Amino acid sequence: MLFSLVKRAEYSRTMVYVSPLIALVLTLISGIIMFQVMGADPAKALYAFFAEPISTKYGWAELGVKATPLILIGVALSVGFRAGVWNIGAEGQLTLGAICGGGVALWFYQVDSAFVLPLMIIAGALGGMLWAAIPAFLKTRFNANEILTSLMLSYVAILLLSLLVHGPWRDPDGFNFPESRIFSNSATLPVIWPGTRLHLGWLITVAAVITVWVIMSKTIIGFQVNVIGQAPQAGRHAGFSVKRMIWFSLLLGGAMAGLAGMIEVSGPIGQLSPSISPGYGFTAIIVAFVGRLHPVGVLFAGLVIALSYLGGESAQITMNLPLAVTGVFQGMLLFFLLACDVLVAYRLKFDSPFTSPARGRQHV
Amino acid sequence: MTKSFPGVKANDDVDLRLNAGEIHALLGENGAGKSTLVKMIYGILKPDSGQVFWHGEPINIHNPAAARNLGITMVFQHFSLFDSMSVLENITLGMEQGIDNATLEKQVIHVSNRYGLPLDPHRHVYTLSVGERQRIEIIRCLLQNPRLLVMDEPTSVLTPQEVRKLFETLNRLSDEGVAILYISHKLDEIKALCQTATILRGGKIVDCVAVAGETPHSLAAKMMGEELQPAAKKADRRFGDIRLDIQNLNRPAKDQFSIALKRINLQVRGGEIVGIAGVAGNGQDELLKALNGEDVCVRAGAIKIDDQPCADQGPNPRRALGMASIPEERLGHGAVPAMSLVDNGLLTAFQRLDLLQFGFIGQDTSRTFCNKVVADFDVISNGISAQASSLSGGNLQKFIVGREISQIPSVLVVSQPTWGVDAGAAQTIHNALRNLADMGSAILVISQDLDELMTISDRIAAICAGSLSAAAPTAEITVEQLGLMMAGVGNNSVDNAESSSPEARVH
Amino acid sequence: MYEITIAALLTIITAATPLVYAAIGEMIAEKSGVLNLGVEGMILVGAVCGFATVHFSGSATLAILVGLVAGAGLSLIFAVLVLGFQATQVATGLALTIFGVGVSALLGQDLVGIAYDGLPKISIPLLSSLPLFGTLLFAHDIMVYGSFILVIATAWFLRRTRAGLILRAVGDSHDAAHAIGYPVIRIRYMAILFGGAMAGLSGAYLSLAYSPLWIENMSAGRGWIALALVVFATWRPWRVLVGAYLFGGITILQLHAQALGVGVPAQVMSMLPYLATIVVLVMISRDNNKIKLNAPACIGKPFHPTS
Repeated sequence: MLFSLVKRAEYSRTMVYVSPLIALVLTLISGIIMFQVMGADPAKALYAFFAEPISTKYGWAELGVKATPLILIGVALSVGFRAGVWNIGAEGQLTLGAICGGGVALWFYQVDSAFVLPLMIIAGALGGMLWAAIPAFLKTRFNANEILTSLMLSYVAILLLSLLVHGPWRDPDGFNFPESRIFSNSATLPVIWPGTRLHLGWLITVAAVITVWVIMSKTIIGFQVNVIGQAPQAGRHAGFSVKRMIWFSLLLGGAMAGLAGMIEVSGPIGQLSPSISPGYGFTAIIVAFVGRLHPVGVLFAGLVIALSYLGGESAQITMNLPLAVTGVFQGMLLFFLLACDVLVAYRLKFDSPFTSPARGRQHV
Repeated sequence: MTKSFPGVKANDDVDLRLNAGEIHALLGENGAGKSTLVKMIYGILKPDSGQVFWHGEPINIHNPAAARNLGITMVFQHFSLFDSMSVLENITLGMEQGIDNATLEKQVIHVSNRYGLPLDPHRHVYTLSVGERQRIEIIRCLLQNPRLLVMDEPTSVLTPQEVRKLFETLNRLSDEGVAILYISHKLDEIKALCQTATILRGGKIVDCVAVAGETPHSLAAKMMGEELQPAAKKADRRFGDIRLDIQNLNRPAKDQFSIALKRINLQVRGGEIVGIAGVAGNGQDELLKALNGEDVCVRAGAIKIDDQPCADQGPNPRRALGMASIPEERLGHGAVPAMSLVDNGLLTAFQRLDLLQFGFIGQDTSRTFCNKVVADFDVISNGISAQASSLSGGNLQKFIVGREISQIPSVLVVSQPTWGVDAGAAQTIHNALRNLADMGSAILVISQDLDELMTISDRIAAICAGSLSAAAPTAEITVEQLGLMMAGVGNNSVDNAESSSPEARVH
Repeated sequence: MYEITIAALLTIITAATPLVYAAIGEMIAEKSGVLNLGVEGMILVGAVCGFATVHFSGSATLAILVGLVAGAGLSLIFAVLVLGFQATQVATGLALTIFGVGVSALLGQDLVGIAYDGLPKISIPLLSSLPLFGTLLFAHDIMVYGSFILVIATAWFLRRTRAGLILRAVGDSHDAAHAIGYPVIRIRYMAILFGGAMAGLSGAYLSLAYSPLWIENMSAGRGWIALALVVFATWRPWRVLVGAYLFGGITILQLHAQALGVGVPAQVMSMLPYLATIVVLVMISRDNNKIKLNAPACIGKPFHPTS
């Protein structure tokens, strides 16, 4: 080995901020290599990926639209991850939120009232919470691993949605397509930037980020989350309940994911269909980590990841690059970040082969 | 030999020489560099500079396997055992090459009979007592036909009777020409066992002496470098009302790795310090958790604080009644390693000291509290924003003890208050406990260090396999009697103790 | 009826085989103390690489090998991050799955919609012509036989060999193993690579034999089910086999029930394997003692030799 890792006495505070930037740079470099290998012009591809989507006002608005579910879920997951609760099933909770929120919209499709939207918001959040309550119950009562249960429930939720839009909720005038009716105006999120698709959900997201930030940094709840995540035994000693924390993290994650699902169907999509999310619930895991599990970090990470979605679409259109490049970029970013994170707790010590202590080979 | 770690020179130009058949003590306080030195001898750490000679030849020991090939073996302070495996599997893992099980089993039985180390090769390690686990380590070493046996603080987990038995084994080995490097900071043991002693302080050799010409006192002076006053116990001590009352406390074992508490009865009065002796793993952890509320009982009356039944309550209600506790494990149980001292102060003090406003953390009040603890208890750190893990063991322990004592609890339960801390910090802690008692609090000290208990307790009880003996006044009890209590023998059978083997009673 | 039963039983075997490979591989990694949540990603990469190989070279043997190497290659990323860079195992495993899903989709973009005949069946002479059980037991492709050999070999390795003992020791207490002088990191590298290789084989089986074609996300959660199987099996090879066949059975049951036109919507039937995973996990996990006694004690914990 040319270098070794030496544990730092204290975590480096600089590295907490620097390592995501290093990771971003490394991801871009790898991206250049990847495009080269695929036979695309790296400069053009990178431009199509990261600059073109936000070259217009409409593009910026789309960035907000894409980032909304990612940030909403990412910010909630980051609380859970800090507490050591691994809710991997946000995709399912998002789906349930969409089902419940969408269900309200379909129920009231003929009603024109200002109450429909708030009702949908509540229903969406409750739906997500309900779905997240299952792994919480199974974990606290039966000690069942929440990673696996929440993930399995995601598959179940997606099948449930498919069942509904293929069956009872199918649009009677929809030529047998597996889609619901288009939501009425009072069940659609209002646009907040005229001429774009940026909707009310973005404001809800920003409010959520601020709220979670205050809770995490200023209150005893956030303190509990951190203590239990870092040293559960110390948390118990201090009188904090691990079980309550599992419930809190999962219900918060479920509520926000459910809200995100409801926002998706009530905003950009406008109806229920079998696929309402290109894996936002999973990608939000990346967002949470890239954002250092910090609400403000998640906000920026959500925008970066949202850009990679838009970039994927733009590169597909202009350069005929496959959409899957997006997933590869996201995975690489997380890999590099995890690798760079070693610098927070350790520092690199370069061993020169000439000055290292004599490690004689005479005795073998 | 020299070895540096970030921030410290753990070993600075250390010389050490051992002869065949010699029992050589390596003496020093915690943090003096003893462990670092032996880890280099055993090939776990690489020295920055220096040379090992073996039978006069310069050698390099790359790894423990190389050390074992030379005939150097080691019994660690923290055993290198695998809990879920059998004794035989554990021994196999310590051997260089695979021998078939039947042969190995014969050898194990042979060695264990020869050196008086009874062991069932097929039991799983998690079912064994600490003393029995140590036997595995020793047998593992003996099977390698060692020429040098290194023992790192071997007696800290044994009853006095087990210690005597161990010394017999070591003496027999030494008669057979095996050199033994015996690491300890317990001076009586070194007087009893060793011929020569090398004394380390702050990573440097202070002296190398023949033990016969020294007294425990002179050795202590060399080890610590300065004379320390033992915490003085006031001659006439007066106790108030019963503040902690434990009545028939029972707790089932949570799993195979933990101990059930059986009908624990104990009363502690205000102003009194009661010590609980016992070999590690006999229910100390479980007792602490049952008392501080981490483990909640059904029957409220099992524990009363100032006559308030509270055994059915969690840690916070109990803390409100005046219960404070200091767990054995500092990092991860008493404190959160990666959090600042301010946050670690807040951890247990927010409720009793009212450091919150409507759920929001009072930043100023918690800083003030932290500063006060740091000042009052002489905690050395890089400021109050330093992470708990960056403090030395002694300073962190002072901080944790200070955090609890500053809240003036009516009852304090503390486990291993001075485990692994330097003598100065130990003294600060002992004095603080005394002062708290003088203010009228009831204190329960759970410790494996008998010297400590004899020094600071007014009464002593012993815990064995989850049962607690009756507490006896410290002035009326000998270490020998205490040893029997730790082995689970009733106080009245002290008389015939000499004749019977303690092994039979250690489960 | 008899033929239908035999056909159903045969499909159970094909449904169980990929689970056996993935779960046994993961079990070995976990035995060494490493939790790799990237199984799903490794299966997908194994599947796409295997399928691409058979498509371009025509050699099934080479395809199986490439699947194995691809799975191992992906797990190497995980190993380097977790063992070399001290990254958290849970997060890294998740990243591996996300990455694997993306990479497999990227590699397989031109392979969608192409069919392959499936692995050739190897009938064992004489035995396969036995009545009743002949075709059921002795007329499979090589990977089915391989999966049984794998289970036997793993059981033997863990119980009877010194290397197996050392592997278990590293998972039980990496500090003790390190103190005695075993190369903890190197052993874990090998265990992770083995886990990756087996996940790769699992993927290769999916795209070469189970449904011989490539579709994005074709593993459909099998990697996660394999993870649950390891817990279900309390880290024992034979129980992994039993669990895999149980799940294979449920998967096939729902397919056949759909084909037979049972009056339950297809989606509800498709939920069965996932719901069954949850039920099984709950049943095993509720006994905390059982988990504690069998689970490798060091699972998921980071190890740094100087600390």
